[in-house]
Amino acid sequence: MEKKIRVLVAKPGLDGHDRGAKIVARALRDAGMEVVYTGLHQTAQQIVNTAMQEDVDVVGLSLLSGAHMTLFVDVAILLKEKQMDDVLLVGGGIIPQEDVPRLKKAGIAEVFGPGTPVEEIVSYIKKNVKR
Amino acid sequence: MNITEKDIMEHISRRHIEWEHQTYTKAIKENPERKKKFKNLSEIDIKNVYTPEDIKDLEYLDDIGFPGEFPFLRSVHPNLYRGRLWTMRQFAGFGSAEETNKRYHYLLRHGETGLSVAFDYPTLYGYDTDHALARGEFGKCGVAISSLVDMELLFHGIPLDKITTSMTINGPAAIIWAMYIANAENQGISKEKIGGTIQNDILKEYIAQKSYIFPPEPSMRLIVDTFEYGFKNVPKWNTISISGYHIREAGSTAVQELAFTLGDGVEYVKAAMKRGLSIDDFAPRLSFFFNAHNDFFEEIAKYRAARRIWAKEMKALGAKKTRSLWMRFHTQTAGCSLTAQQPEINIVRVTLQALAAVLGGTQSLHTNSMDEALALPSEKAVRIALRTQQIIAEESGVTSTVDPLGGSYYVEWLTDKMEEETYKYFDRVERLGGVIPAIEKGFFQREIAESAYRYQKEIDTSQRVIVGVNRYQLEEQPSIPILKMDEKGEDRQNRRLQKLRKERDNPRVQSHLQQLRKAAEGTENLMPYLLNCVHSYATLGETCQVLRDVFGEYKEQAIY
Amino acid sequence: MTQLAEKVIAGDHRSIARLITQVENDAPDAVETMKQIHPHTGQASVIGVTGVMGSGKSSLIFELALVYRVEGKKVGIIAIDPTSPFSGGALLGDRIRMTELSTDEGVFIRSMGTRGMMGGLTSALYDVVEILDAAGMNIILIETVGVGQDEVDIVKIADTTLVVLIPGLGDSVQTIKAGLMEIADIFVVNKADKPGVEQTVAELQSMLDLVNNLDRRIPIVATSAKEKKGIDQLTARIAEHQAYLKDTQMFEQRRRQRYEAELLEIIRKRLMDFIFDEKKLKTTVDCCIDQIAKKELDPYSAADQILGKILK
Repeated sequence: MEKKIRVLVAKPGLDGHDRGAKIVARALRDAGMEVVYTGLHQTAQQIVNTAMQEDVDVVGLSLLSGAHMTLFVDVAILLKEKQMDDVLLVGGGIIPQEDVPRLKKAGIAEVFGPGTPVEEIVSYIKKNVKR
Repeated sequence: MNITEKDIMEHISRRHIEWEHQTYTKAIKENPERKKKFKNLSEIDIKNVYTPEDIKDLEYLDDIGFPGEFPFLRSVHPNLYRGRLWTMRQFAGFGSAEETNKRYHYLLRHGETGLSVAFDYPTLYGYDTDHALARGEFGKCGVAISSLVDMELLFHGIPLDKITTSMTINGPAAIIWAMYIANAENQGISKEKIGGTIQNDILKEYIAQKSYIFPPEPSMRLIVDTFEYGFKNVPKWNTISISGYHIREAGSTAVQELAFTLGDGVEYVKAAMKRGLSIDDFAPRLSFFFNAHNDFFEEIAKYRAARRIWAKEMKALGAKKTRSLWMRFHTQTAGCSLTAQQPEINIVRVTLQALAAVLGGTQSLHTNSMDEALALPSEKAVRIALRTQQIIAEESGVTSTVDPLGGSYYVEWLTDKMEEETYKYFDRVERLGGVIPAIEKGFFQREIAESAYRYQKEIDTSQRVIVGVNRYQLEEQPSIPILKMDEKGEDRQNRRLQKLRKERDNPRVQSHLQQLRKAAEGTENLMPYLLNCVHSYATLGETCQVLRDVFGEYKEQAIY
Repeated sequence: MTQLAEKVIAGDHRSIARLITQVENDAPDAVETMKQIHPHTGQASVIGVTGVMGSGKSSLIFELALVYRVEGKKVGIIAIDPTSPFSGGALLGDRIRMTELSTDEGVFIRSMGTRGMMGGLTSALYDVVEILDAAGMNIILIETVGVGQDEVDIVKIADTTLVVLIPGLGDSVQTIKAGLMEIADIFVVNKADKPGVEQTVAELQSMLDLVNNLDRRIPIVATSAKEKKGIDQLTARIAEHQAYLKDTQMFEQRRRQRYEAELLEIIRKRLMDFIFDEKKLKTTVDCCIDQIAKKELDPYSAADQILGKILK
């Protein structure tokens, strides 16, 4: 059995907008990946623990409430603490371009803003999965 | 010889067939059409031309009628904008109450005629700013209101007897409403004088927006409590804004938006009647909230169909008063249609969408700002959005007559078609056992997820063009100023909360919370108890926690 | 002993997760580790949870896990969702119902796709049960997809099989697949807060009356995961069943059946891998298939040829 890419799609914090997360989850599934979807209202601790148990290759965070500088970075820091450096961390949602450099510095490999074709996300993951 | 209408119609049909086979066919042979099918956003096929044949079964008096008379297709008011323009009501809120108060004064100075409050996520979920789950979320997508103190600051300098306020709040709506009422009372303005709306529509939360707190049953109980309290004590208040906006934003089609919203509306009416309330008491204060999306004529047909369907349904449920049959609505232009790419062109999108809402007869309108795909609106962006409404109102001439598109072959046909599709959905939901069983079975959520996925696929395959995104792109994006919020706001808010908790009459607070708990466990109307709590400065979080303890919390199921 | 085997036996979550991934991907390294952990297995109670879609299995498992945690037990949960036969991908969403358990050190939850098994349980599932067992889980709850063969196959691996139904299932209990009704050690009527519970329970009772099972009367438990009702009764019935198995020595019998199924599955997989391996027999197989199509060879003779090569 060939190795499958396993992705965790998570909604951190209180943001309830899940249209994008669900579409991305479905698209990744259609691209042959196994997608674990956490549902809403996840804390960083819950996300990272889930990522560990599910041994995912990718963690994708979706946020449209503006709280990304805190919540995305929380997850990045926690992944580092648990020495899960081989997990590819990406994010999407309503994130102004000017915040992206700081997010990347904190460990979020790529940010997919509004209007990104889902194919782009699929290709990026396939190309950049670390394991 | 008498030429009857039937003869005329037959003649037209014959000529139509000739036209189709000769004039039209010749034209497309030389120049093939741009697409094989022209579908609108509800997947309805749109023909090359509409003629009297398409509306030949429509009777003007029964099916279309005059403005202000059943079935209210053309308008709920006899003279609509000739009498009074729609309310220009810009949804706003960010950071702390003081910051948002400044924005409200700015908007009022620039001509808005009604207020609309956006709350931050912790507030929407009934948490105080210093709650653990509020981490990172303070003021990011709306204003933080943790207690009556914040409500006072929010409306500082604003005469609540002279202006109406709409508040987009659902789970804790009753509590926030209590704070608004309490604030007005403290200013010496009685309940009879204040006007406004609370969104208070929990069914669509389960379906789309997801800012629910409690499970369906206790949530419906709270809503009917507000209906009852409202028509008895706060007569100028719309105690619910039955919403389709969010359903559309989650990815539904226009038909689904229409069908699911009106279906929710009927559910609320039934719930209130089940408690024994008389329909003509509370129905006049039910209001609606729709999206204004891209397909211009589809949106106009949607609003018209909504008025007619609602009037029929309410009549069928036994409403006798005219005002009980009115579908009055607020509209917001579609946030999900705006792009982060070339943000200035969003102004154009919003203009078309706003025009559709006006041609559809909206009572109240919010126009999005161009930067909404990037951040909350800057002053300049929101001013342009307001000016958009003002230009439509003052310069375009569309307000001179009621329902200018009435009688259009296309629009009347489309209105009918949307009504037909809506009733098909009503039947399906009926067969599933009703709205709440359908929600538990994931019916609406699945329909929405399917439409959302299909729409995205169309964009990704360039079947559907989004200017600036998959065609007419720019390498370098133009930069526009982004709203910056006061970094010290959260600290200030937390200190304010600490001070409040120390300085208020804590035994009184506890006593009121206890009384609320008892009442919540029973069946009394909770509004008086909530008013007591907020008057004694119990915080939103504390009050909501009592209800959480008694009602429990809702957990959704996974539907893609 | 490999480092991974040691860590798994010690209960390290990261190592458990890693090993599960290895067995799912048929990593050759995994075999050695699996050999080493086997002696440490055998103490976990395996409970299969199957039933129609929409019967609330995930929520029920969540509530069961909570009760077991209060009892101080370590709980492993395996949530299986269907792999798309077209794309090979899967949407694994059962964890949504179990968010609160994600940070409980005494709980390990893993989502698995069926990964294209032609009906029946994913072969890695046997391995995952062994892994969780060796890692110290006292209870292992397995949630199956709810349609297809794997519903029924769960008996091969579980000590106790729960069949979950909901009230008012359309016509009657009879319309549910026969196989599903036969594998139940316990029937659970979930969502008992909805109307029609008594009727469904009564129908189940009358169906059981017709079965002449003198040994054990299959219990029916009404639960409402939403209202947290009936869960204690359910765990009690499960405990009773486990005791019943041990008393009648059916426990060993069932375990034997599990190991038999597991052994056969490993052999079958190896055979298939061998046969369809390019470097081994695939060319011969392809050739045979061509000949069968041209009627130059019949399928039985082809099988003789291929098996002859393996068994030599």
